[in-house]
Amino acid sequence: MSEAKLVANNPAQDRGAREQDLIARVQRGERELFYELVQPYERRVYAAALAILRNEADAEDAAQEAMLKAFANIRQFRQEARFSTWLIQVTVNEALMRRRRQRTVIMEPIDDRGDNDAEQDYAPRDFADWREIPSESLERKEVRQKLTEALATLDRKYREVFVLRDVEHMNIQETAEALGISIASVKTRLLRARLMLRDLLAAGWQQGWFSRLPFEKGTKPW
Amino acid sequence: MVDRDTINRDTTNGDAVNCEQVWREISNYLDGEVDGALRSAMEEHFKICTRCTSVLEGVRNVTLLYGDERMLEVPAGFGLRLEKSLEKKLAQDARQNERRWSPWSAWLVPLAALALVTAGVQMASSVAPNRVMRAPMAQAGQGIPPDLVVLVATGTKVFHVAGCTFIHNKETLRSTTAKEAIAEGYVPCLRCMRKYLDVAAIRRAEAAGEMEADADDEEVRVTAH
Repeated sequence: MSEAKLVANNPAQDRGAREQDLIARVQRGERELFYELVQPYERRVYAAALAILRNEADAEDAAQEAMLKAFANIRQFRQEARFSTWLIQVTVNEALMRRRRQRTVIMEPIDDRGDNDAEQDYAPRDFADWREIPSESLERKEVRQKLTEALATLDRKYREVFVLRDVEHMNIQETAEALGISIASVKTRLLRARLMLRDLLAAGWQQGWFSRLPFEKGTKPW
Repeated sequence: MVDRDTINRDTTNGDAVNCEQVWREISNYLDGEVDGALRSAMEEHFKICTRCTSVLEGVRNVTLLYGDERMLEVPAGFGLRLEKSLEKKLAQDARQNERRWSPWSAWLVPLAALALVTAGVQMASSVAPNRVMRAPMAQAGQGIPPDLVVLVATGTKVFHVAGCTFIHNKETLRSTTAKEAIAEGYVPCLRCMRKYLDVAAIRRAEAAGEMEADADDEEVRVTAH
């Protein structure tokens, strides 16, 4: 089989090549193609903004502004980084800037502002017998809602690291650069965020959040 | 289930790790950020510790659930609003580009007009350099003897010889030489100075004829050679 056919048969490579082509064309001046370029990432951009701002309206404003800034500065994008990483980085910068502006008006709780990672280790609280949670459970809106609520309870510094690393799938180095913190801080905060969420989800596990179906097959709910 | 104290006691031998150490490194373990020795020690620990296995499975579930694309929800109409704002920005940029060009276009029209006028003037001057005034009244009076006594009157532009019937403002008449009258800006009277003006015309014609003859002679000489 020829190399060209192999490339054509690989959807991920196809998407990558298509994205490279779109980037080059937008950089050359075909600016009307920009939305097509960023559309696959609009959810991730919004999630990054929401993780930092914790308010849906602010997150949408920040996400839109970030997209416009990316649009204005698309010529500065170099292929050294992934386009998605660059876009999320622009979004994080925009959201952090907005939060700094908000802080001059609204005082955030003191415990949410601390940047000191030299704190006591977090010990897991629940040791229930965990099994793999079926991914189909995410089809249910109430499950997604519970997970979103659990994430929202985390302090800002843990939530930001967790979202960039585990939701946006940025690596440790990219997460550290995006948030302007050390790699050691990323690892410490990530561990704590994951353990805390695990405890929160363990409670839900016991309450049956993630059961495959709300009622057994063959039985009627009425 | 293995007792936790038992596990902690186990850590006293060799490369074994205790539960606290496992919890501290469990995130790095999942990310592949621990070295080989620690990884092996942790894997050994998971075999005998149900608590740490529970923690490991729980953290793995967390990363799998939150890393799922379905968790990325956006408000209804988000994409549409984003597309609209990008379209608006495109239109705004286009308007700004037009405005950026407008000062140039505003200057280009008068600059072009100025260039055309300048070019026209230069062309006109190059076509007719040192044009000779042909009207007799415009002649400075060539052929008139410079020491000829002539009459000039204040408020007129013409000088005459005595007895000319076309003298105006006779009460202000004064006599002077033709040379001085010409220097003061007076021109010869067409009637009384006709003789001199005709002489001047004949002389100009003769001079022009001589020049043509000289040119012909020169041509003949060149041909002869």
